[in-house]
Amino acid sequence: MAEPSQLSQYIESFVDSSRSPTQQAASLEAIASLLKNKQLTIETLVREMEGYLTTVDNIIRARGIILLGEILVRLASKPLDDATIHSLIGFFTDRLADWRALRGALVGCLALMRRKSSGGMVSGSDAKAVAESYLQNLQVQSLGQYERKLSFELMECLLERYPNAVASLGDTLIYGICESVDGEKDPHCLMLTFHIIEVLSRLFPDPSDALAGFAHELFEILGCYFPIHFTHQKDEDMTIKRDDLARALMLAFSSTPLFEPYAIPLLLEKLSSSLPSAKLDSLRYLTDCTMKYGADRMAKHIEAIWSSLKEAIFTSLDSVLLFTPESLGGPDLPKNEIAAEALSLLQKLIVQNTKLFLDLIVGDEDISMIFNTISNYKNYHEIPLERKQRLNAVGRILFTTAKASQVSCSRVFECFFSRLMDILGLSARNSSGQPYFDESILISKRCNHGALYLSIEILSACRDMIASSETILAATSHTEETWKYLLQSFSPALTMGFCSAFSCSSEGTHDAATYIGVKGLLILATFPGGYSLISKTVFEKILVTFVSIINEEYSKRLSWKLALKALVEIGSFLERYHESEKEPSYMDIVVEKILSLAFVGDFGIPFPLRLEALSDIGTSGRSYMLKVVQGLEEAIYANLYEVYVHGSTNSAEIVTHLLKCYSDKVIPWIRCEKGFEEVLLQFAINIWNQIENSTHFNASQTNKKGVLDVMMKAMKLAVANCSEEKQNIIVQKSYNILSSSISFPLEELLLQERFQIAQEVDNSSSRDEWVLSHFAAVTIAIHPQTHIPNTRSIVSLFMTTLLKGNVVAAQALGSMVNKLDLKSTRGQTSSDCTLEEAMDIILNLSLWIFDKNSSSSIQSKMISVHDTGLNDLSNGVENCTSLQIHAILGLAWIGKGLLMRGHEKVNDITMIFLRCLQSSGRAGISHEEKSISENNYKLDLHSSVMKTAADAFQILMGDCEQCLNREFHAIIRPLYKQRFFSAIMPVLQSLVMKLEPLSRSFLFRASAHVIIDTPLIVVLSDTKKIIPLLLDGLSALSNDVVDKDVLYGLLLVLSGILMDKNGQEAVSDSAHTVVNCLVDLTRYPHMTLVRETAMQCLIAISGLSHARIYPMRTQVLQAVIKALDDPKRAVRCEAVRCRQAWASIASRSLHF
Amino acid sequence: MQLIVIVLCKESPSIELMLSIFTSYYGEQVVLIFLTFLNHIRDIKDPEHPYSLEELKVITEDAIEVDNERSYVRVTFTPTVEHCSMATVIGLCLRVKLMRSLPSRYKMDIRVAPGSHATEAAVNKQLNDKERVAAALENPNLLDMVDECLAPSYA
Repeated sequence: MAEPSQLSQYIESFVDSSRSPTQQAASLEAIASLLKNKQLTIETLVREMEGYLTTVDNIIRARGIILLGEILVRLASKPLDDATIHSLIGFFTDRLADWRALRGALVGCLALMRRKSSGGMVSGSDAKAVAESYLQNLQVQSLGQYERKLSFELMECLLERYPNAVASLGDTLIYGICESVDGEKDPHCLMLTFHIIEVLSRLFPDPSDALAGFAHELFEILGCYFPIHFTHQKDEDMTIKRDDLARALMLAFSSTPLFEPYAIPLLLEKLSSSLPSAKLDSLRYLTDCTMKYGADRMAKHIEAIWSSLKEAIFTSLDSVLLFTPESLGGPDLPKNEIAAEALSLLQKLIVQNTKLFLDLIVGDEDISMIFNTISNYKNYHEIPLERKQRLNAVGRILFTTAKASQVSCSRVFECFFSRLMDILGLSARNSSGQPYFDESILISKRCNHGALYLSIEILSACRDMIASSETILAATSHTEETWKYLLQSFSPALTMGFCSAFSCSSEGTHDAATYIGVKGLLILATFPGGYSLISKTVFEKILVTFVSIINEEYSKRLSWKLALKALVEIGSFLERYHESEKEPSYMDIVVEKILSLAFVGDFGIPFPLRLEALSDIGTSGRSYMLKVVQGLEEAIYANLYEVYVHGSTNSAEIVTHLLKCYSDKVIPWIRCEKGFEEVLLQFAINIWNQIENSTHFNASQTNKKGVLDVMMKAMKLAVANCSEEKQNIIVQKSYNILSSSISFPLEELLLQERFQIAQEVDNSSSRDEWVLSHFAAVTIAIHPQTHIPNTRSIVSLFMTTLLKGNVVAAQALGSMVNKLDLKSTRGQTSSDCTLEEAMDIILNLSLWIFDKNSSSSIQSKMISVHDTGLNDLSNGVENCTSLQIHAILGLAWIGKGLLMRGHEKVNDITMIFLRCLQSSGRAGISHEEKSISENNYKLDLHSSVMKTAADAFQILMGDCEQCLNREFHAIIRPLYKQRFFSAIMPVLQSLVMKLEPLSRSFLFRASAHVIIDTPLIVVLSDTKKIIPLLLDGLSALSNDVVDKDVLYGLLLVLSGILMDKNGQEAVSDSAHTVVNCLVDLTRYPHMTLVRETAMQCLIAISGLSHARIYPMRTQVLQAVIKALDDPKRAVRCEAVRCRQAWASIASRSLHF
Repeated sequence: MQLIVIVLCKESPSIELMLSIFTSYYGEQVVLIFLTFLNHIRDIKDPEHPYSLEELKVITEDAIEVDNERSYVRVTFTPTVEHCSMATVIGLCLRVKLMRSLPSRYKMDIRVAPGSHATEAAVNKQLNDKERVAAALENPNLLDMVDECLAPSYA
């Protein structure tokens, strides 16, 4: 038992309104925890609080009652006995009359009413007493917002939890509720009131009940809220949105059918309003009410609803139909929300009241007028715009009607379809396909686009209806529905009609004809249910038509595309609905025909189009794709054979297209589907087999390169998408071929010998090069876990190859280095090596190349290699330079691999680059001078070598598509660019300081590459240090035209800094130098974008603090005046803005 | 048939000639879009209304003459009513905007359309007197007004 004194202290501190809210809350929690821990009983507490609860001081009494109420809220789960609850609820019921202390009473009542049955609940009679007291004493609308909310919550709780107790109050209850909710405006309270009315209506479901008398009154209160017009500010009350309120009101509207006489006229009236949101709401409410009120009640209003609905659809639908391939297959829902809602309401109404509504639609004058007039216009584009909209609307209405149910579908077919057939001049009798006497008249009649369009809508509705109710179809297949009969008898004639729409289109008319023709045929072909509705001959005729378009009409882009899309749609339809009956014909007619396109040698259709057709057909289904892939691969192998053996240029071109298609279309598709890995494995293996078997290699130099590139791309992608085991198989296979065919030995080599190999220019055959390149491609694409045999030799092999200038070998080496194990895990054989060992091999070799001591020995070696008098000294030096360039390029790729995995050896490589950059660039003049300068510590290199070293940083930092990315399973350490940036920038900066100005330009170039490829956010955090280097770089790079892209990239970084708020702060110290640099760039002659961006940067600078930039204004304005006469318009426009920005800080006048 | 859109600047040589060349090549489907000096001044706001000068038809495409070779611009504007008290302010706005937008080699001539204003001669004289323009721009109230009118044209 707690100390009484302590308890009274808690009570005192809560009741005392001078205490802070936190103290009050703390004492409340303290008392509640005492009660929860059974240190205190409710009785003791009430007795202790007696004084506070009954005092005549209003404020203290109010606080006391709130305390009791809040405590009960906290005790919601604590079991209380019935007597306690009874006495408490009795107390609070009484207190409802005490308007000065109302909040506490409401809180307390609510807490008690909400109790779960497990802990003791308020009895029914007590609840009734609460309700009575509520109705008698509370004038809800005269209370404050919070109290109103509480009292609505209390009423909601009463209605929901004690429906029987309060229902017995009858009229008094409804009247009281009407009174209390009338005129409410707060959104939170409105949510509650709407719900209260909804629950209330549920309470009195019987029309003869008490509610009937009040329905009108209640609806008047509700009706004035419709449509919800919500003007609340955005920042306050984010919890309640307009849509919530609209939904709650909708539920209240539809809660009882008794509202029907009042609600429907109101909704129809608002439907005709011009406010789109009101329209939309009315439609949604009507939909909901239709479902809730029931068919009988709605029947009274059906005519009014139909006319307003028709109006809404007619006015809201777009007037333009799209004739693009994209809109061919999809369920073309109207984009307009109003139209969509209206159509869904229409469908619900039809389902509910089929007979009545169908009579209305059939007898409608507007629709029949459309039917009467469509025959006046032959071509879709002749129809006036307004009429087009009508036509579209009627189409949608018929579509919705026919789709609603079987009965409505039959009715539509009966009334409209046969009329359309008359207009088109088709008859069931024609189905035999005999020639007509008056062919030309019939054709011109058949080309009536409006009628064709309407028949398409009806047919597609019918198709969708069947597709959605396939089980019903099976059950009722024996009954002869009208629509089935009509469809069966007319389908052949219709097919001809659509085909003729095509043939008409050749007369230079618009795409409408083609679109309508294709769409109609597509719909006929995709009727589900085998051949029961559409006969086999018709289906095959459609397919043949499409295929012939593909084969012949390739010059008409749109119709070709549409036909292809339609074929793809049909294919995927067959796949989706397992139409086993139709599949063989599709396979025979479509897939086989299209496949033959890959082989036939004549160039009737442009080759890219053939491949597009081929790959698109493949994507329609798995079985088709298998077939297509087979065909494609056969074509590839056949053409490759030609290339290998005869060196045929024609085949090389074809195989390039084929391989591109394979890697761009087929492989991505396979990646998404499961279970096609085997195909890729087979592809890779077959390519290798073919290389192995072709011993005579005649690929001519001219076309070889292109073919090799696409082959390697396909190989990379194929390998990358295989699993590890499959990759192991491929690697083993390729290694075997490599080791058997490559003519140079894979054993350890002495350094000098290696060098000689590097010098043996192109003594290997072109077949070896293919083998090596393909092996490199495989290496690039494998998983890190995949095992490469005899790693050590492979590394040296690639190393020697890259010294010959083979970039792919360098990339492969980079990938290998990126993926090699750090520690050897599996039983190591002598030929395998870890990353450390591989790096040792690489670095030794490269250091040796750049070592100053050995460089002279290279020279002498070289001379001895080319010992004949033909090759003189300068040739040797040239060779040496190109060797160094190749070595740097190779090292850059290797470095990239290391950098991405975050290995510290990358530092060694960057050190080599930096040493190259520090050289004085005097090399290559003559050997004598070189030997003199040998005393110098620095390396002497040719300037092109230094440029390559600078560009190596671009390779290091840039993203690459060919290798070392996620697709090719590279190990990528997070934030590797950031790390490298923060490591290398200080080094570069200190080097810049050390060197004399003339030789800095390559350092600037290198740092520009690093800055450009680092994420901007990192550069921003380091702006202060970067800016000097960046500006120097900009001015150094602006001298040469060839650097313009690097310059632009660097300028973009600067503009990024200037646009950022933190960046501006950092720049503001060096504003003067930045402005100088930018002013120079506004005159940059080689690239418009640079001038424009410089101008934008100047505008951004004008936002810096006034004191900083004021001194520069004259300089900037003078530069800008020159730019006003710039030959490019974009620059002039920016110049005007810039001038305004700077003129306004200067003095706002133009006199500066 | 596709529409052929050719974008021209009014500075480009003889538009009629180019139009005839293009139409003889492509037929009727040629649409010429002029990116003209009008772009510089079309967004200027009227001092009394929330509309731009172009919307009020105070300035039109035809009312602007440009001679790039001789660095000469003439803008003729039409006040909405004959006694429009804002004619001078509108003229001032046009002048200031062109001064800020055109290279300094240009000579500007801003005039009220003949017969469209009661005190036409006085307004013309005032607008083309550089001393009076400079004096007007030194008046802070007037400058504020001009800046407010010009604000949208820099957007």
